[in-house]
Amino acid sequence: MSNEQKHERQLSRSAAHGDEVRLEAAAELGDGTQAPPAVPAGAQSGELRPELRESQTVLQKIMTGNALVAVLAVIMSLFLGGLLIAFTDERVANSASYFFARPSDMLGAAWTAASDAYLALFQGSVFNWEGESFSRMVYPLTQTLTVATPLICAGLGVALAFRAGLFNIGAQGQIIIGATLAAWVGFSWHLPVGLHLLLVIIAGIIGGALWAGIVGLLKAKTGAHEVILTIMLNYVALNLVLYLLTTPAFQRPGSSNPISPQLDETARYPLLFGEGFRLHWGFIVAILATVLVWWLLNRSTIGFELRAVGANPTAARTAGISVTKGYVTVMVIAGALAGLAGVAQVAGTEGVLTSGVAASFGFDAITVALLGRSTPWGTFAAGLLFGAFRAGGVTMQTATGTSIDIVLVVQSLIVLFIAAPPLVRSVFRLPEPGALRGRRNRKPATAGGAA
Amino acid sequence: MKLELQGITKRFGSLVANDHIDLVVEPGQVHSLLGENGAGKSTLMNVLYGLYEPTEGRILVNGEPVSFNGPGDAMAAGIGMVHQHFMLVPVFTVAENVALGNEATKAGGMLNLNQTRAKIKQISDQYGFDVDPDAVIEDLPVGVQQRVEIIKALVRDAEVLILDEPTAVLTPKETDELLAIIAQLKSDGKSIVFISHKLREVKQVSDIITVIRRGKVVGDADPMASTTELASMMVGRAVSLTLDKAPAQPGEATFRIEDLTVHAPNGQRVVDGLSLEIRRGEILAVAGVQGNGQTELTEAILGLQDHTAGSITLEGQELLGRSVKDIIRAGVGFVPEDRSVEGLVGPFSVAENLILNRYDQPPFAKGLAMKPSLIEQNAQEKIGEFDVRTQSAHAAAGTLSGGNQQKVVMARELSRPLKLFIASQPTRGVDVGSIEFLHKRIVAERDGGTPVMIVSTELDEVLELADRIAVLYRGRLMGIVPGKTSRDALGLMMAGMPAEEALGHEEQLGTDRESGEQ
Amino acid sequence: MSAATLTAPEAGSSTVSEVRNWKTPVMLAVLAVAALLVFAIGAPSNNVTFRLTAESDPIVLPAIVVSAPVTGWICAVVLLAAAAWSFLRVRAGRPVPGWLLAVFAVFFVAGFLTWVVGSARTPNLALYGLLAGSVTLAVPLIFGSLSGVLCERSGVINIAIEGQLLFGAFAAAIAGSLSGSAFVGLLAAVIAGVMVSAVLAVFSIKYIVNQVIVGVVLNVLVSGLTGFLFSTVMSADSATWNSPPRLAPISIPVLSDIPVIGPILFEQSIVGYLMYIAVAVIYVGLYHTKWGLRTRAVGEHPKAADTVGVKVNRTRFTNVLLAGAVAGLGGAFFTLVLVSSFGRDMTAGQGYIALAALIFGRWNPLGAFFAALLFGFATNLQSVLSFLGTPVPNQFLAMLPYVVTIFAVAGLVGKSRAPASNGIPYIKG
Repeated sequence: MSNEQKHERQLSRSAAHGDEVRLEAAAELGDGTQAPPAVPAGAQSGELRPELRESQTVLQKIMTGNALVAVLAVIMSLFLGGLLIAFTDERVANSASYFFARPSDMLGAAWTAASDAYLALFQGSVFNWEGESFSRMVYPLTQTLTVATPLICAGLGVALAFRAGLFNIGAQGQIIIGATLAAWVGFSWHLPVGLHLLLVIIAGIIGGALWAGIVGLLKAKTGAHEVILTIMLNYVALNLVLYLLTTPAFQRPGSSNPISPQLDETARYPLLFGEGFRLHWGFIVAILATVLVWWLLNRSTIGFELRAVGANPTAARTAGISVTKGYVTVMVIAGALAGLAGVAQVAGTEGVLTSGVAASFGFDAITVALLGRSTPWGTFAAGLLFGAFRAGGVTMQTATGTSIDIVLVVQSLIVLFIAAPPLVRSVFRLPEPGALRGRRNRKPATAGGAA
Repeated sequence: MKLELQGITKRFGSLVANDHIDLVVEPGQVHSLLGENGAGKSTLMNVLYGLYEPTEGRILVNGEPVSFNGPGDAMAAGIGMVHQHFMLVPVFTVAENVALGNEATKAGGMLNLNQTRAKIKQISDQYGFDVDPDAVIEDLPVGVQQRVEIIKALVRDAEVLILDEPTAVLTPKETDELLAIIAQLKSDGKSIVFISHKLREVKQVSDIITVIRRGKVVGDADPMASTTELASMMVGRAVSLTLDKAPAQPGEATFRIEDLTVHAPNGQRVVDGLSLEIRRGEILAVAGVQGNGQTELTEAILGLQDHTAGSITLEGQELLGRSVKDIIRAGVGFVPEDRSVEGLVGPFSVAENLILNRYDQPPFAKGLAMKPSLIEQNAQEKIGEFDVRTQSAHAAAGTLSGGNQQKVVMARELSRPLKLFIASQPTRGVDVGSIEFLHKRIVAERDGGTPVMIVSTELDEVLELADRIAVLYRGRLMGIVPGKTSRDALGLMMAGMPAEEALGHEEQLGTDRESGEQ
Repeated sequence: MSAATLTAPEAGSSTVSEVRNWKTPVMLAVLAVAALLVFAIGAPSNNVTFRLTAESDPIVLPAIVVSAPVTGWICAVVLLAAAAWSFLRVRAGRPVPGWLLAVFAVFFVAGFLTWVVGSARTPNLALYGLLAGSVTLAVPLIFGSLSGVLCERSGVINIAIEGQLLFGAFAAAIAGSLSGSAFVGLLAAVIAGVMVSAVLAVFSIKYIVNQVIVGVVLNVLVSGLTGFLFSTVMSADSATWNSPPRLAPISIPVLSDIPVIGPILFEQSIVGYLMYIAVAVIYVGLYHTKWGLRTRAVGEHPKAADTVGVKVNRTRFTNVLLAGAVAGLGGAFFTLVLVSSFGRDMTAGQGYIALAALIFGRWNPLGAFFAALLFGFATNLQSVLSFLGTPVPNQFLAMLPYVVTIFAVAGLVGKSRAPASNGIPYIKG
């Protein structure tokens, strides 16, 4: 335990001393003296000198702001994804053979391939203008919200851990264990309405919290690296649920497939808009969770502690904040949030437990948290966006035959581009932000940590 | 080799770190650069060494303009540098460090360390260094590490040697040895640029002194000039080098350390059977060369060290074995030695840093909920009281200058009732104006009846503040002596001589040797 | 003042101390008690046969037959004694020696094997096959962890090993199929690995994006990209796009006839031999060449390297690209040696295990090599055992490598030291 702290201290020290040569100037500028936090750029580095902000014109602000970079990153990613779709399209390939004779054919085919795919994506995720009734038209949007629910919950867990300087790659396993426990309470206990669902939710929270708590505890006690631990526990969780689904306690009676019985009706999230839509109360829980995490991070002593641990563990320790306790706390809360995602799956969308209950939500949650810059509402918005990609991707695959894997490509490109604003700026030939700010941006705002 | 800097300007954004600096270093001269922390000395040297590109101006070697694209070019031009924080890879051997960047190789890129070893031996013999080429750097004392740095420069045939604050980490004895080495290098025709803010050393070693203030050359000074004269040139106004301090009115001893032993995680005994006590209303300064157990001592008091034995009591309460939080709540105020690493959370706002160890205490929090308005109000008060220069209470603490960061730490620690106040290196890297202010606050805390412990490696600071001085050497207490003890005696103790012996030694010598500064 | 008058208390040099690390003894005790309960008390009553050679081998060694309960009790007693001794060592303030851990590991594995094989339907294990299969499964892991060594020794965290392996496997399959030559496939795999590395390098070195983030995202990107192309291009016409030629094992005459180790060392595919070469070259390179010295310096203290004229970021860039090439070879192993076609996400997390092997192997090429072998052994054991029909549910056997990893990083690695500047970008003033 102390080894780990020492190690961290040495790390942050060496990071601080690395800047020593420019100490004289840097101290005045104030960029180089503190250890870079292991936290993705976000609220923490957002604090700029106010007079600088005011001195910029409105246009400059728009041109250099994060929001524009985010939008442009999405456009770039969609463009690259479109290229990929076009290149693998048969009609495009056919017309390419006589490209030099009639280039317009191939370009036209390419445009059609990509735009058809994206239109289908939009139609499947936001608004279907071909629907026969209004409810059919907005159905895709509710699908997006349904898919976004577990993404938001698990994404919040990943984001919270990021803020404490921990890379929680283990949302997948935490969702699985949370879902397993929740499902078990849901189909093997038979309780009155209300109470049953409440216990299901609590069971899911406990499952996720326990699974992540192991990581926090091992990291705190032995200094083992959380990236390795969480990845390994993902596999263990998957095998565990596979095993459980072969046992009588979990396997559906009369079935030889690894699938659990249906959860009781009393254990399910009620549907939000009735039978015609799959959207359930889990989404409202996700909104509440976002509010709670916002409060926790920005207004509570727990949040203060874990932000301090994430930004400078040595200073936190010197100020009497227990770094090891912080690791356990943050992992338990992160796991609880991932557990909520598991509940949303078994008590909401799926209604049963299978080994695929977590789909790839746990991994997508990482990109969601990164895209949301580890802030609660950013994560919420990113969850909606990726939920739309997921929901629309299914429609796109059936409508145009474009593989849903393209969604993974676009998602990961978005995160990469957003993490590197200078790249986006140079592609679109945007002005660099003011001199001082430019230096700040070159700071490793997203650096450090997982050494 | 003659080295000239003409009109060197270096800007970082809107900040001008160097403003049209002209400097001529003649061969075989020791040329000192004197200036406060933050005056721009290191920036200038990093420009000269190719680490920074100058915004304007040019560098001439033997009258020919040169441009350095990196340290490699500077070295090729015959410039060597010994950095304030040694540029040595701690897990490498001496030979590997010397070879790095200048490797002798056999066929196929295989290292030929034997050739490097031979060179080290040759230089080592020539200057009387005694350095084992196969020793691992992290096992060597700092004095030897510094020699490795000098060897690194000499192996590369440096004609101009830049020494950046070379004495900061040395004992007085090691400092004397370094000054002897400098003399020898000078007689070999090398030019030395000696950067320091320590007036006595600069006077002792220099042929010529250039004073820098706020990025500009103020002028050249004669080494024979008086310290007061040099100090006022450096600071830009008349400074009183002594603090107005009433004699201490010590009360009862409320803080006691008995037989404290601290082990580092690697098993080394870093504090060894230390006992002392501090009375209310007195300042005990802990002196010693960096790395002799001071850090571990203060950390043990605050509960930051794990492997401790002995006893630490504050007003009869045992502190050892309690959590940091408990100890802070018991009334221990602590200013850590490295504020940016231990004292502040850089990305946090000034307001948040001002409550860093009271964030969960009323009035700033009730239960889990924090009170932003009260935190803000507290920040406004402290910013005013301690004259913290910041854009607002919401500015990230990492954006403040060193002096203002230290004021934030000091404001946080001194703004609650204390039963013990510990400050490690309270004024390291702080400008003179802030130093005076911080010293006054420390004395005020003492006069309010708090036992105060100051840890400093700067003898000047120790002598200025201390009512009594405890000297540490290799984790052991060499003795506790009165605040007026001479520099020479303290120097002997810092090199490992027990107090009685050092004071006796001092008396013998005192008659026929000028005693330091006074 | 002469040095003789100074008292120099040599306190600093006494390293025997009150600093005790109970982690290892506790971990050993837990494992030893488990061994007692399972291997000894829970031992099956029959004999267990371990075959060292196949019937058809040129040199046939007799099989080893042991009694399961006797072996179980012997192992349990030795393990308990080792755990107890480590407690005494630590209580006396001495470190637990490395050889004790090795002895512990050997007896634990022996006890486990005897117990698990003894409980199987057929208590008869071909040890030679188990070992040879372990090496085979370890080949991509070894390449992957060597890739990690190259990156992380120069100070760049490489989470993207998984992506490098997968893209290498993909490229080898496509290029091999189109050209009909396995060597073209091999070359393509190297290029593919370098491409993934190039993205990692550009984003983490040039744009200073957090290296763990880039790595994680790259893995998703490669998974999506290969998955997309697999389902659109490869599946449509797998004869053209996804039927690479196979690299057959080349046996070296005489040497490959040596029992047990012969097939492991001297009956490998080209990729297998390249693996041994890579381990040796990287080991020697890292510790005995100019390149290695600079690489290690840049990973430990980049500023120090910069001040003596070593181009820090250029060195890191080169190393990251080299790492990609090495991992690409490992990827080719999947599609050119192991199976003759590409499958969606076929690397199945091996890149992450390679990462664990790198850490377990303490950032040393040889250490990474042995750690990867251990993981290969655990994985192969699972498939061998499920074939023998053991009573242990298959899912638990499948967990084995992951649980071993957790024990490894939590219990034993604490002492290891990552390159000091690993993961910290270097920004010049």
